[in-house]
Amino acid sequence: MPQNEYIEESIRRHGRRLDHDERKRKKEARKVHKDAAFAQKVHGLKAKLYNKKRHAEKIQMKKTIKMHDEKNAKQKTDDVVPEGAVPAYLLDREGQQRAKVLSNMLKQKRKEKAGKWNVPLPKVRGIAEDEMFKVVKTGKSKSKSWKRMVTKPTFVGDGFTRKPPKYERFIRPMALRYKKANVTHPELKATFQLPIIGVKKNPQSPMYTQLGVLTKGTIIEVNVAELGLVTTGGKVLWGKYAQITNSPENDGCINALLLV
Amino acid sequence: MSQSEQVAAGSEPKLILAQFQSADGDRTGPPLSLPADITAEQLSILINKFLENEETHPYSFYVDEKEVVSTIQKDIIEGGQRSAEETLVIVYRPQAFFKVRAVTRCSSSLTGHTEAVLSVSFSPDGSQLASGSGDTTVRIWDLNTETPRFTCKGHKNWVLSIAWSPDGKVLASGSMDNTIRLWDPQTGKEIGSPLNGHRKWITSLAWEPTHINPKANRLASSSKDGTVRVWDTKLRRCIFTLAGHTAAVTCVKWGGDGRIYTSSQDKTIKIWNADGSLYKTLSGHAHWVNTLAFSTDYVLRTGAYDHTGAEPAGEADARTKALKRYNEAKGKGPERLVSGSDDFTMFLWDPLNSSKPIARLTGHQKVVNHVSFSPDGRLIASASFDNSVKLWDGKTGKFIASLRGHVAAVYQVCWSADSRMLLSASKDSTLKVWDLRTKKLKLELPGHADEVFTVDWSPGGDRVASGGKDRVLKIWKH
Repeated sequence: MPQNEYIEESIRRHGRRLDHDERKRKKEARKVHKDAAFAQKVHGLKAKLYNKKRHAEKIQMKKTIKMHDEKNAKQKTDDVVPEGAVPAYLLDREGQQRAKVLSNMLKQKRKEKAGKWNVPLPKVRGIAEDEMFKVVKTGKSKSKSWKRMVTKPTFVGDGFTRKPPKYERFIRPMALRYKKANVTHPELKATFQLPIIGVKKNPQSPMYTQLGVLTKGTIIEVNVAELGLVTTGGKVLWGKYAQITNSPENDGCINALLLV
Repeated sequence: MSQSEQVAAGSEPKLILAQFQSADGDRTGPPLSLPADITAEQLSILINKFLENEETHPYSFYVDEKEVVSTIQKDIIEGGQRSAEETLVIVYRPQAFFKVRAVTRCSSSLTGHTEAVLSVSFSPDGSQLASGSGDTTVRIWDLNTETPRFTCKGHKNWVLSIAWSPDGKVLASGSMDNTIRLWDPQTGKEIGSPLNGHRKWITSLAWEPTHINPKANRLASSSKDGTVRVWDTKLRRCIFTLAGHTAAVTCVKWGGDGRIYTSSQDKTIKIWNADGSLYKTLSGHAHWVNTLAFSTDYVLRTGAYDHTGAEPAGEADARTKALKRYNEAKGKGPERLVSGSDDFTMFLWDPLNSSKPIARLTGHQKVVNHVSFSPDGRLIASASFDNSVKLWDGKTGKFIASLRGHVAAVYQVCWSADSRMLLSASKDSTLKVWDLRTKKLKLELPGHADEVFTVDWSPGGDRVASGGKDRVLKIWKH
C-alpha cells in the first residue's frame, strides 16, 4: 500500500516529465479506440454493467450538446406573448402574488367537466378482512372472538369517544391515528401539511370508510383554508378532497394529492 | 310615534335651537327653534324654502359630521349625547339630482378575449365601451346590443391601460410592448403608427381635460422606465419628456389646473407644469406610491358631458360647459389630491397651496392599491389588499367607515355618478355594491370565475362593466 502522497510530492519537487502533456493528449486520443475495442470484447455481467454506464453517459452527452445548441441558436422571443396577463398594478408584485395564488378556477372547472371521479390512483390493491383486522379474544376464558382491532392507520374525528368495552366491536389503536396529511397541489407543485377533516371514501369497502381507515387510494377531505382558495361565489373554500398516494401503514405518514 | 309617547307622558315635544350652515361654512337663515323629532325630509323642505330654490333639491344633513338619517332626536340627541339646550349647527350638503339605481344582475357575459381582461373603460359620455386584454387586443363593444363591435389588433404584448379622449373620438391604449397606439372607435382602425419612445411598459395614461384644451390632442403616458411623456396625438410626436423620477412611475393624472401629477415607486409625487418643468415634489410616503385621485376626477373624466346627455355644440361650447362643471365640482376649496401607497397609508394633499399633507390616512393593514374620490368630492374610498374598503372624509381625511365583506384582496373601487353607492372589485371573484347611507353591503355580484381585475361604472350610471382573469367581460345592469 502506498504511504502518503508520494506521487504528488515528487511532482511538486521535480516537476512532471517533459513529454507529459503530449503523452496525455495521445492517450486521450487513443481512448475512444480502446473503449470501442473493450466494448466489443466484453461479455457477461461486465458487458451489462458497461453498457448501462455507457448508455447513461451518452444520454448526458446528448443533453449537453442540445443545451449548447439552444444557447447558440438565436431566440425568437419578441413575438411570443407570455401567458398569465396581469394588470399594471400587479406587475411588480408578481413575486409575492404567484407564490400564494392557487385559484386557477378555470382549469379546475374544465377538469370537473372531464369527469368528476377522475382520480390520480384509479385502481387499488384489495385488502382482505383478515389483513385489515386482528381478532381480539374476549371473555373470561378468551373463548369469544367477536372483537376486531384495525391494523391500518385510521382517522378518528375530534369528538369521538370510545364505547364501553362490552359494545366496542372495532378498536382503532391510538398509535395508528392520524390528524394531518402532506397534501401536494398538482398545479403548484407545492406541498402543504393540512389537517384532515374526514374520510370521504375508502375504495375497499363502505365499512372501511365508516371506520375512517386510511389506505392507499382513499379519498380524504382536507382543510385548505390556509391556501386561500375561493369559489366563484366569492366564498373562501376550506374543505377539498385529496387522494392518498402512499401506503400509510408502511410509511408512517400520509401523502396525498389534491383533487382539482 | 315618539311624539305621542311624550304627549302621553305629559310633556311637550322637545324643541331645539338650530342653525343651518352650508358645507363651505356660510350660515343660511336665522337660528330656528325646531321640534326635536324633525325628519331629514322635513329639514330638506325647510332648506329649499330658505334657499328659494325653484325646484326641490335633495339634501343631506350633518351635525358634528354625523348624518341625520331618520330624525334629529334619534340620530343626534340620543345617539351623539348632544343636549337639546345648545344651538345645533346643521350642515346641509346638496346631493345629486339624479339617482343611480344599483346594478343587480349580469345582463351579458361578453366572451372574445383569449387572455385576462386588464382594463375596461366607458367613454366620457357613457355611450361606448372598450376593453384591453392580455391577448394583445383592444376590443370595442356595442353597448346597445351588447355585442362585440371591433377588435383592434396591433399591440405585440399585453394591453395594460386604455383611455378615452375627453371628446370620445380617440381611444388610446398603452401596452407592455412599450408603445401607445391610438384607435378610432367608429371604425376600429388604428390611427397612424404607434407612438414609440418609452423604454419599458406603459403603466398609465391621461388626457388633458376639456376645459383647458377642448381639442383633446394631448396625452400623457407614464412608464415603468421612470419617465412620463406627453404626446401630441394630432402631430403624432412626443412634445416633451418628464424625467425626474428615479423609479417606475405608477400613475399619471392631468389635473384640472393644467398641471401633470405623477406618482412613482421612488416614494414621491411630482407635479409638473404644462410646459414640462417641475413645479413641486410631494414627499412623505415611506414606500411606493401606487395611485392618485383628485376630488374633481369625475368631472375631469366626463368633461363637457353631464347627466342630461346633451352633446356640446363645438369646441368652445365644450370648453365653457366643462369649465362650468369643473368650477362647480371644485367649489370654493382647492382641488384636493389623495395618494395611496405601499406603506399602507394614504396622504391627503392640497398640492397647490402646500407641500405638506392635509392629513395622513392610516388604518389599512396592507398595501393600498386604489383610491377614488366620490363624484361630489366629499368622500374618499380606498381599496386595499387587506380585504377591506375604507371610507374617509374627502375634506379632512377623517376615517368614516370600514366596509368589510370581501374575502380576498380588493383591487379596484368605483363610484356611482350620484355618490350614493360604491362598487368594489376583488380577487375573490366578486363585485360588491355598498350603500353609502347605511355604510353596509347592498348587493353582491358573483359571476366571474376568477379574479376581477378591473371595473368601471358608466358616467351615466346605467351600467357597469367588469373584466378579469376569467377572460370574460361582464356588463351589469339594474
